[in-house]
Amino acid sequence: MVKKNLNLLTLTNGESFQPFRYALGSAGARFFQELKDNNRFMGLRCAKCEKVYIPPRNVCGPCFEPLKDWVQVGPEGSIYSFTVLRFAFIDPETGEKKPVPYGYGFIRLDGASTNLQHFLELPKNGDLKIGMRVRPVFAKNAQGNMRDIVHFSVDGA
Amino acid sequence: MDKIAVIGVAQTPFSPNKSGETYADLAYEATTKALEDAGLAIADIGNIITTSNDFWDGRTISSMAVGDSAGAAYGEGKNISTVEGDGTLGAFYGMTRILSGSYESTLVLAHSKLSEGNNHLITNAFFDPTYERAIGMDSLTASALQAQSYYNRYKIPPRQSALAVVKNRANAIRNPNAHLQEELTIEDVLRSPQPAPPIHEMEIAPESDGAAALILTTESFAKKHGAKPVWIEGVSFCAEGHRLGERRLWESPALRQAAQKAYKMAGIDNPRKDIDVAEIYEACSYQELLWSEELGFCAQGQGGAFIESRATQLKGELPINPSGGCLSAHAIIVAGLVRIIEAVLQLRGEAVNQVEDAKRALAHGQYGLAGQSHCVWILGKN
Repeated sequence: MVKKNLNLLTLTNGESFQPFRYALGSAGARFFQELKDNNRFMGLRCAKCEKVYIPPRNVCGPCFEPLKDWVQVGPEGSIYSFTVLRFAFIDPETGEKKPVPYGYGFIRLDGASTNLQHFLELPKNGDLKIGMRVRPVFAKNAQGNMRDIVHFSVDGA
Repeated sequence: MDKIAVIGVAQTPFSPNKSGETYADLAYEATTKALEDAGLAIADIGNIITTSNDFWDGRTISSMAVGDSAGAAYGEGKNISTVEGDGTLGAFYGMTRILSGSYESTLVLAHSKLSEGNNHLITNAFFDPTYERAIGMDSLTASALQAQSYYNRYKIPPRQSALAVVKNRANAIRNPNAHLQEELTIEDVLRSPQPAPPIHEMEIAPESDGAAALILTTESFAKKHGAKPVWIEGVSFCAEGHRLGERRLWESPALRQAAQKAYKMAGIDNPRKDIDVAEIYEACSYQELLWSEELGFCAQGQGGAFIESRATQLKGELPINPSGGCLSAHAIIVAGLVRIIEAVLQLRGEAVNQVEDAKRALAHGQYGLAGQSHCVWILGKN
């Protein structure tokens, strides 16, 4: 039993943070370099099952084979699944709140076997639907990260 | 206990900053090398244990991020489970899964990249947020408190701890996987700065990036696959209480207990005589002395005299850390698994600093601040 006159306290963890320098590895480095320099999506294809991985990685899990064959995919693709976010989310990289609502989806780039996750621009007319064609809108000052793509848009695709 | 064999071992080279490789890349390197060493394909592996820590990986469920690279997604997928702790604890879990009767083989993987985070902040986060974290406690500070109380209790001169650095870094010169390889004198060690007295900079295990893997199997599996087995004769894992301030830091009851249980299982009466070579996890130089005491290699308080007697040198009565130990390569999480791997190589006769006619080896891992938990393995050739 807590005594009635006891003032219960909590402790906040203040401004502490954990800095990290995540390695991109050879596959991630090439992916972002191509995205930044050429606005091009490059994936890795498994020589055994021919699955094309986007984002690229160095191993095909189901085949347990190293991946070496680079192939260009996209830049257009289709919506594989989506949602519309109506709750504010603080971007962990920028610390900024993204205005709601906004679209978020899995995009199957043409020629890829896996989905890329990104923002979807809400269409000016009508609703998002699975299977809709989308195209990427690239950022003006590419940095070599996921923000080099502003979002995918159904308009003009 | 049914006989369990170690039939495949592998480690990546260890270095301060593998910035060109992700955890998954390191995991794939270790996994494929271990399979090759055992003469197996991933299809032969019954289940997979990965060992990691979310804080060091900077993400949650860090183990699953290496699943593909460990072969867990092979075909329709395999059973994969995880240990948060040292690699020796992952191996312990892997062994018990075989003993459960569910699997004939387990691949045990460990990975870590200390270069990506800040080890001071990460180990600070191990402590209690209310009473300890804000005071700036971390792993090095904890070790300094332990060294101070150990030296004070038994009047250990700092030069005796420095001997562990001189010995291990020299042993590492022939180890191509080592991170630090150098000829040093006791004076070199004692002249290096003291970031947390009584510990000198050179007495601290380096922060390394790397991965390691081993394959455990039943006796019948090992025979069927024509492997070169090394056998588990005894093993035990014990942990002390959590609060550093409530522990008697000049001793390690958890290690003493783990060692005694493992010896009993292996039928060892006199560890100093019955063990041919030992690979032990020293995160700081003084720990090699203190752990030697608790492993029963010498009497309590005699760890300094024991190393000074040269008994633990390559040609000594009981060589300790012929690979160079953790003072020469130290990827936290991975480091204990490497001790088992180096012990296996000694028993196969394939070690870089081979101890002549080694028939029985001890491997030791630890996890937590100032050696809170310990895992002791006795491995045999026959």
